[in-house]
Amino acid sequence: MTLYEVGELVGAEVLAGEELLDRWVDKGCGADLLSDVLAVTEEGFLLVTGMVTPQAVRVAEVMNACAVLFVRGKRPPQQLVDYAREAGIPLLATEKGMFEACGLLYGRGLRPTGFRHLSEYAG
Amino acid sequence: MPAEGGILLRRVFPVPPDAIDQAGQVSTEVRRLLRGLGAEPEVVRRAGIVCFEGEMNIALYTKGGRIVLVVRPEVVELLFSDRGPGIADIELVKQPGYSTAPDWARELGFGAGMGIPNMEKNSDEFHIFSRVGQGTVIRATIYRRRHDPG
Repeated sequence: MTLYEVGELVGAEVLAGEELLDRWVDKGCGADLLSDVLAVTEEGFLLVTGMVTPQAVRVAEVMNACAVLFVRGKRPPQQLVDYAREAGIPLLATEKGMFEACGLLYGRGLRPTGFRHLSEYAG
Repeated sequence: MPAEGGILLRRVFPVPPDAIDQAGQVSTEVRRLLRGLGAEPEVVRRAGIVCFEGEMNIALYTKGGRIVLVVRPEVVELLFSDRGPGIADIELVKQPGYSTAPDWARELGFGAGMGIPNMEKNSDEFHIFSRVGQGTVIRATIYRRRHDPG
């Protein structure tokens, strides 16, 4: 689906990257623990998070995520919104909680990203 | 080891202490430089992750340090060095889930004890040298002609 559809589905406000909402997205990752996002093994996914720190956007950038959706009515500081706009990372924000946002997106066909399982780190 | 060949690019990035909000800048720049050199997307992806984890470690736990990026035809090398507390037991920090992170680091979404294991997993060669009270040096090498570290 496109980021337009993502935004409509969860009733999101677009904070940055309005011109990039025609991007297609097939996969998503929902996490507040950024270490978990860093274990994702593919790119181009939608990051759904309750973290509104600079690191959340940095991680999205370094993982080449296609956009970030903030949940539970959280809004990042304006400075971070400006940074994301410059970096070309669309930011969306919904009032819905993590579980509901992810559920709606999954129901509409968004699929989980691959990630490294803990067992892969052993040895 | 495929570390032969001339250096295509060498850059030194200082990582200042107490600048957690800036942490991640070096990784972004490293990704940009590697893409500019035409590095393979999988190499860019892995180098970005290794660099970000290393940068966060320096920013979270030390009094600052630096990251050196060296690109050769066959490999990408990332060298991290810090003026930090050092690591007493290196085998322990390589274990998934082992963490000494303070609460404030966990509140930022880090400190799950996966940083060093994730760096190692995304590298083809990975070495840690550390002296308690002096600091830590990490050398991570990513081969450009292989896609999965296994």
